[in-house]
Amino acid sequence: MTAKLPNTTTPDAAISVEPGFNFAYLDEQTKRSIRRSLLKAVAIPGHQIPFSSREMPMSYGWGTGGIQVTASVIGADDTLKVIDQGADDTTNAVNIRRFFKKVCGIKTTEETTEATVIQTRHRVPETPLREGQTMVYQVPIPEPLRWIEPSEIETRKMHSLSEYGAMHVKLYEDITRFGHIATAYDYPVMVNDRYMMRPSPIPRFDNPKLNMSPALQLFGAGREKRLYAVPPYTTVKSLDFEDHPFSVEQWDKPCEFCGSTESYLDEVVTDNEGGRLWICSDTDYCNRRQAQMKPVGEK
Amino acid sequence: MVYPVLLTFTVEPMSYVSVKGGEKAIQNAEALLKARRRGDRTLPELSLTQIKQQMSLAVDRVMCEGSLYDLDLAALAIKQSWGDLVEAIFLLRAYRTTLPRFYYSQPIDTNAMSIQRRISSIFKDIPGGQMLGPTFDYIHRLLDFKLAAEDNRPTFPTEESSSTEIPRALDALGQEGLIQSEPPSSTPLSSALLPSDANSAHDPFDLTRQPLNVPASRDARLQNLTRADEGFLLSLAYSSQRGYGNSHPFAGEIRVGEVEVAICPEELGFEVCIGEIAVTEVQMVNQFKGSKQLAPQFTRGYGLTFGYNERKAMAMAIVDRSLRAKEFGEEIKGPAQQEEFVLSHSDSVEAQGFVQHLKLPHYIDFQAELNLVRKMREEYEANETASQETGSQQVGVSNGGISHDSKVA
Amino acid sequence: MKPLLDVSNLSKTYGAVRACDRISFSLYPGQILGIIGESGSGKSTLLSAIARQIPADSGKVTYHSPKNGTGEPLDIFSISESERRQLMRNEWGFVRQHARDGLRMKVTAGANIGERLMDTGHRHYGNIRTEAKRWLEQVEIPTNRMDDLPGTFSGGMQQRLQLARVLVTQPRLVLMDEPTGGLDVSVQARLLDLMRQLVRSLNLSVILVTHDIGVIRLLAHRLLVMNCGEVVEQGLTDQVLDDPHHSYTQSLISATLVP
Repeated sequence: MTAKLPNTTTPDAAISVEPGFNFAYLDEQTKRSIRRSLLKAVAIPGHQIPFSSREMPMSYGWGTGGIQVTASVIGADDTLKVIDQGADDTTNAVNIRRFFKKVCGIKTTEETTEATVIQTRHRVPETPLREGQTMVYQVPIPEPLRWIEPSEIETRKMHSLSEYGAMHVKLYEDITRFGHIATAYDYPVMVNDRYMMRPSPIPRFDNPKLNMSPALQLFGAGREKRLYAVPPYTTVKSLDFEDHPFSVEQWDKPCEFCGSTESYLDEVVTDNEGGRLWICSDTDYCNRRQAQMKPVGEK
Repeated sequence: MVYPVLLTFTVEPMSYVSVKGGEKAIQNAEALLKARRRGDRTLPELSLTQIKQQMSLAVDRVMCEGSLYDLDLAALAIKQSWGDLVEAIFLLRAYRTTLPRFYYSQPIDTNAMSIQRRISSIFKDIPGGQMLGPTFDYIHRLLDFKLAAEDNRPTFPTEESSSTEIPRALDALGQEGLIQSEPPSSTPLSSALLPSDANSAHDPFDLTRQPLNVPASRDARLQNLTRADEGFLLSLAYSSQRGYGNSHPFAGEIRVGEVEVAICPEELGFEVCIGEIAVTEVQMVNQFKGSKQLAPQFTRGYGLTFGYNERKAMAMAIVDRSLRAKEFGEEIKGPAQQEEFVLSHSDSVEAQGFVQHLKLPHYIDFQAELNLVRKMREEYEANETASQETGSQQVGVSNGGISHDSKVA
Repeated sequence: MKPLLDVSNLSKTYGAVRACDRISFSLYPGQILGIIGESGSGKSTLLSAIARQIPADSGKVTYHSPKNGTGEPLDIFSISESERRQLMRNEWGFVRQHARDGLRMKVTAGANIGERLMDTGHRHYGNIRTEAKRWLEQVEIPTNRMDDLPGTFSGGMQQRLQLARVLVTQPRLVLMDEPTGGLDVSVQARLLDLMRQLVRSLNLSVILVTHDIGVIRLLAHRLLVMNCGEVVEQGLTDQVLDDPHHSYTQSLISATLVP
């Protein structure tokens, strides 16, 4: 068995750190093909575009869609942040960050403001994004109508004909049964007043951040082989009824560390007697607030 | 030695240090895996050659589902995955992604196969005879304790020379016009039966480069099935035989042996043989009573795998035929006939990824659910106490109540 | 008076069997047309072919006076799938023989009725519920069943729920396939009575397929008698039933059990 060296490098790429791999692991043709799909996605906000997803060194279901999107758009002078559940240090985020360091040699960061590309699983950073940043979301199930209609052929038709009544039926049923809409995360949205989209399993607390964001938002589903996008400054409206408007979660406690009353809080079990702590899920946001809180001169 | 593989946090009064050490924990987990996999150092390490030869069928399966014909790489993958074949298949597929693509080969000619095994159940005797080859089929499944020793030296039986031609068993049916012909992909059957291919007539669909679209063309379907998880296909084939669809299949012909792989580079303008691979080919025969477009005849299910993978190839052939139900206007009765269901769930690499991804942290979403359940519980209990107080049953739910979430305790 | 629907030479074959053989008729606004024949006569196929749920082999179906107000008649076999689905949601309705095929069994009665409203952009929960209640009353289902699943309804109630679901967008044309099949006699009578009232009050046009002469006699103004894919006799209901000309019609009528 002989090792086969791939035969391409990007013209302006830094030398990748791990020998034997192209910059960002994927070969240039694959990256180009994914970028073509991404361009289509950006041209039709919220619409799912099929793409030829590759097997990656991580399992399907563990972020390969997001990884392929990041690998296709990242350049040698980008700075990458990877979060999972809002934190940079969770095992999956660590793993993905390690991967890109290995195959790109690019700068990585934990600070939202420093990053140019942010790959995320299940949260949007609390710090507002700015123009020029790209968010890459990891998506398990891209199809919002999947619960009603298991057939892909049928859901494609429903999207092309804007037949979204069935989704409102679900919301109607929630209100009838529970008095309010019972979807806590991955809450369906209408993008650019045309396509219904799943924002990935972010809590509905984060949905408003997608609306008119200055950043480019890309969504990758590796196993389902679909991409979609929300270009900057696009309307993203969470589904609701006029008399049951969309609402977000609230807590009656501030973050135990930084005192924020505006961020999404994680509940931590501290002892066996039911002791609980609430702390910011976004670790970067929390850390920065804590740093600001300390009196000047203290480390 | 204790490997720190735990993620820990400490809680002190008035302070909490959030979860750290993820990177270190991952590295140590990897080191532990490697050490356990090697096991007792005094025992000889498994060699790739041993795996290739003495676990040949495992290697064949990994190549087939890994979609890569390379005995050494498959053996390495099996060694690296500690014997877990699904993991080995994943390794091979991931490696495949990094390989540059040079050519599409010419179609292999299984007529010209150098045959190790060939049987047909539909005729008692056929030209070329029934060659059993190295099969488990007629062996009594009794555990052979002699194999527990490590000095077994079985001898190869004397081989009969198979100089006679081995024509296709199904040619006999074909001569009578009783079996459906399979035209090459450039001349598709009437468009009423098959969806038209998006590609040119010359290049086949390539499942490793293009996402699958349903309804799937024949080449897409067969590619999906050949790399599908063997267990999944086996169960589906079984279900179709037990009445969840399909007419009774017959094993028309099973062939196992080596075929040449040839490429025809543009620069040369002629074919060049680049090697030989072992394949298993199965043609299952089904009855078809006829429709508006087609006369009554036999129809085919086709199975093809890398290596000696007979059970898989048979299951593939049965499921292939089963998925053509729509084409033949047959009633769709069972899951084995439902194209979207079968083709979307057949890949073990996808399946294991998604099933196992549940191990990833999901606490944000769980938190959201927790909030919701607590809230709904509050409302439920408030309703209960209210109805007890008023003494009347309250059916139904608040309508048009406040939608803004209340605080979470 | 211009016809609402023109069916011209519609044919459909299955293998060697001609399920519909050059069927032609016109339907006028406010009229109920019955199609009667025994099982296998091709009447259900005809209905499905008219709605383009199965492809016809030949023929033409023209729908006049669509709600889009252009005055242009629609050639049903040549409009796009998108237009066809729009039509089925807004202007036409299809009541199926088995309620399970025409309802969403896993959502509440209210949602079943409200769905077509939600499809057409209605976004006020309270209003949708009010509309749904109104239609439940129209089809004589107690409104306190609005939040129940259709599976808990009796067969007759499920059919009435189907009616409500279809009528909520005030269609012009309703196709019905054996709507009273499988219901017992008194339930049937009540349903037929209700249908007669609604047709009159909403000025509906209906094509009703059945094997039951009693249903035809009660509801249909005109009827077509089908046998082996062909129309063997047609005319005003009373005239045909009281004085049948074709031998098949005669045998159909004499075969009816007279209560």
